[in-house]
Amino acid sequence: MSLSFKGKKVLRNFTLDVEWSIRNELAVLFGYSGAGKSMTLQMLAGLMAPDEGLIQLNGRVLFDNQAGIDLSPQKRSFGYVFQNLALFPHMTVKDNILYGAHGLGRDDRKQRAEEMIEQFMLSGLERKFPHEISGGQKQRVAFARALIRRPAALLLDEPFSACDNPLRIELQNFLQQVRRDFPIPVVLVTHDLTEALTLADKLIICVNGKVLQAGTPAEILNAPACPDVELLVNSSTMSLTCRGSSDPILING
Amino acid sequence: MMEDSVLFSVKLSIWVAMAATVFVVLVGVTVAFFLARRTFRGKELLDVLFTLPLVLPPTVTGYYLIVVFGRNGLIGLPLFEWTGLNIMFTWYAAVLASFVVALPLMIKTTRAAIESVDENLIRASYTLGHSEWWTAVKVILPMAKKGILAGTVLSFARAMGEFGATLMLAGNIPGKTNTMPLAIYSAASSGDRAQANTMVLLFTVIAALFLYIANKLNKRVLS
Repeated sequence: MSLSFKGKKVLRNFTLDVEWSIRNELAVLFGYSGAGKSMTLQMLAGLMAPDEGLIQLNGRVLFDNQAGIDLSPQKRSFGYVFQNLALFPHMTVKDNILYGAHGLGRDDRKQRAEEMIEQFMLSGLERKFPHEISGGQKQRVAFARALIRRPAALLLDEPFSACDNPLRIELQNFLQQVRRDFPIPVVLVTHDLTEALTLADKLIICVNGKVLQAGTPAEILNAPACPDVELLVNSSTMSLTCRGSSDPILING
Repeated sequence: MMEDSVLFSVKLSIWVAMAATVFVVLVGVTVAFFLARRTFRGKELLDVLFTLPLVLPPTVTGYYLIVVFGRNGLIGLPLFEWTGLNIMFTWYAAVLASFVVALPLMIKTTRAAIESVDENLIRASYTLGHSEWWTAVKVILPMAKKGILAGTVLSFARAMGEFGATLMLAGNIPGKTNTMPLAIYSAASSGDRAQANTMVLLFTVIAALFLYIANKLNKRVLS
């Protein structure tokens, strides 16, 4: 399993020029706001086209400007969890999840929806509407909806940004569990350093539309490629120390 | 007891407004959807064209309709030659006039409602494998439902009240094309105050009721 992204896009005040590839791992695109992280996710999902580039998922070409290939979002087989979760407010929890089961047979849809509801601890909430459930529950609905079709990879656009700290930690544990149940490549976008270091198998540091360094958190902590990355590493070490850890590298395995 | 002629006008007005509203909803939602969701050349020009009847004097709109749908009109002439149908001075003409003047209200409110749907919901639908068409049916239109309903109610009220274009196109033929506004005009100009009072009062109540419903349905789009 692999996902590779090479893309360039020139906007009026911003140029994105990024290249990376990951295997079956959790990759974190880390950088401050405006670094082009969410834009990268949108290009992966086919919601925005790069000016030039090549996007491949498990050997299948999703975008290649030279060959004139640009698959629509519907054909790309990504699970996508949006920053504001984008649950449909006029549908119940169950209908939201079922809406993700497009292309499956009727019995299969029903059975899988029930499995997802159980697996994501949403039993009893099936008939509730999104505004009637808690933030953590909404998060789980969004994941269930994105995963019910068993996508080939999962894209997460700051899915925990709206949560307070205890919930955030709970959801990070939840994500680890999702990783075990759905062993597919995951790309997570965040501007939270602690979150990035805690979750990442592979950390991709994005600044101003460029990738400054990519590697395991340990590699980046031990050998930052440039002063900008070093600055980020230092502040992240500080934040980890604040959480009571003396050895940030061990935390990330 | 309401006079037969008054009752006829009330019934005709409601029928005309209902028929016009059906077409207004079908055409208005479709046009509003394309204006809100697509980019194409001449889009704003199309918007201006559809909005014009909102600001033009109804007599001007009526005149254009005569030019197009009149017996010798651009569409009227071939229509007559092929089918023998002439819509001038029939209740179809009243429906057409009401449709054209009410359509901009529908397009404006529906376009605003569709444009206010969170883009991420639409994107989420696409990433979940759903086509643009299915996304429109299952996500965009249900989310814009209040605006569409408000537009429908407003259009109905506007269609009921249509006077100028109807007069130009359908005439004011008692027992045939005299909708309430036309009947009120006739009653007032012929000095029949009693009949005018009844209809004016009735009309005011109906219009107020519709405005109230429209406001209830969508405060945001209207304010």
